[in-house]
Amino acid sequence: MLNTLTLLLLFQLGGELSVRLLGLPIPGPVIGMTLLFLTLLARGHVSQDTRADTGSFLQHMSLFFVPAGVGVMVHLQRVASEWLPITLALVISTFAGMAVTAWVITAMLPKGDDHAPGEHA
Amino acid sequence: MKPMPLAELWTHFAGSPLLGLSLTLMAYLAGVWLFKRSGQKPLCNPVLIAIVLIALLLWAIGMPYQRYFDGAQFIHFLLGPATVALAVPLYAYWKRLRQMALPLVVGLFAGSATAAFSAMGLAWLFGASPETIFSLGPKSVTTPIAMGVAEQIGGIPSLTAVLVILTGILGAMGFPAFFRLLKIRNHATQGFAVGLTAHGLGTARAFLVSEEMGAFSALGMGLNGVLTAVLLPLLLSLVLH
Repeated sequence: MLNTLTLLLLFQLGGELSVRLLGLPIPGPVIGMTLLFLTLLARGHVSQDTRADTGSFLQHMSLFFVPAGVGVMVHLQRVASEWLPITLALVISTFAGMAVTAWVITAMLPKGDDHAPGEHA
Repeated sequence: MKPMPLAELWTHFAGSPLLGLSLTLMAYLAGVWLFKRSGQKPLCNPVLIAIVLIALLLWAIGMPYQRYFDGAQFIHFLLGPATVALAVPLYAYWKRLRQMALPLVVGLFAGSATAAFSAMGLAWLFGASPETIFSLGPKSVTTPIAMGVAEQIGGIPSLTAVLVILTGILGAMGFPAFFRLLKIRNHATQGFAVGLTAHGLGTARAFLVSEEMGAFSALGMGLNGVLTAVLLPLLLSLVLH
């Protein structure tokens, strides 16, 4: 676990550094993810430990959104006074985006690839 | 050590990160417990429950959000390493991702534009204020990117963070039933669409269904993050001037 955490933090640091040095409009962690991905691709394998550790770390990823989410307190007044446009915009656009993405991909996939895992013989 | 008077004890702990940290963890664990207990009912979303519990408690004891966040920021920080960690499932499914490259890229552009512009259009149509409209633009994208984009296009970054999380909760709650309704069963397709629209919260929920769905969700989230960061400010400045 400690090895994996160090690895993740080092790649995040690398990402943050490249963002600052190159003035990229993308957050450091996303660059860090790209760098780690390219490293794995170049090495050609990932250790069992790293895979298990990142798996259990990602299982609880939703926890990490809680502190920022509680910030809704600060914007309660605006959210209450504009609840109708905000609710409609969030609900409709989220599911419209989801539907359009899934429909486009489904339409472009070769027939027979549109199965749930384990469904084909 | 001499015993502390109660009032002093409170001042001591209210100023330490321990309170915000343990509160966040307990509220989240309560949410997870309820989610499992209810047989994974969408409305028992652990993040939603945790946010409501914490907000109510802070309001009841009169603690300002900023004070809470001073402690809870250590949990918030883990969003960074978690984003980096998504590289591992991406690598594990790389072969399958490459086979689907063209459909995914076309889906990415179509879905990303739909999510961003329908949100702003609907908000405008129903009379939202300009700051709210621009804060809604990047709401499908993961928190740090969305806040940066909001700042560039004239939204309020901290409001965007809240809208991003509400979007993520909605997407995570709704996608299993929504895809049953649409009769879309392919885990790769579902995952990519979920990550694209509901970022990390959708991705966390997708990993509960299968590792494949999680990996495709991570990819959708990462690609839409980059695309929105680069294109949304550019497109809006073209449209508005």
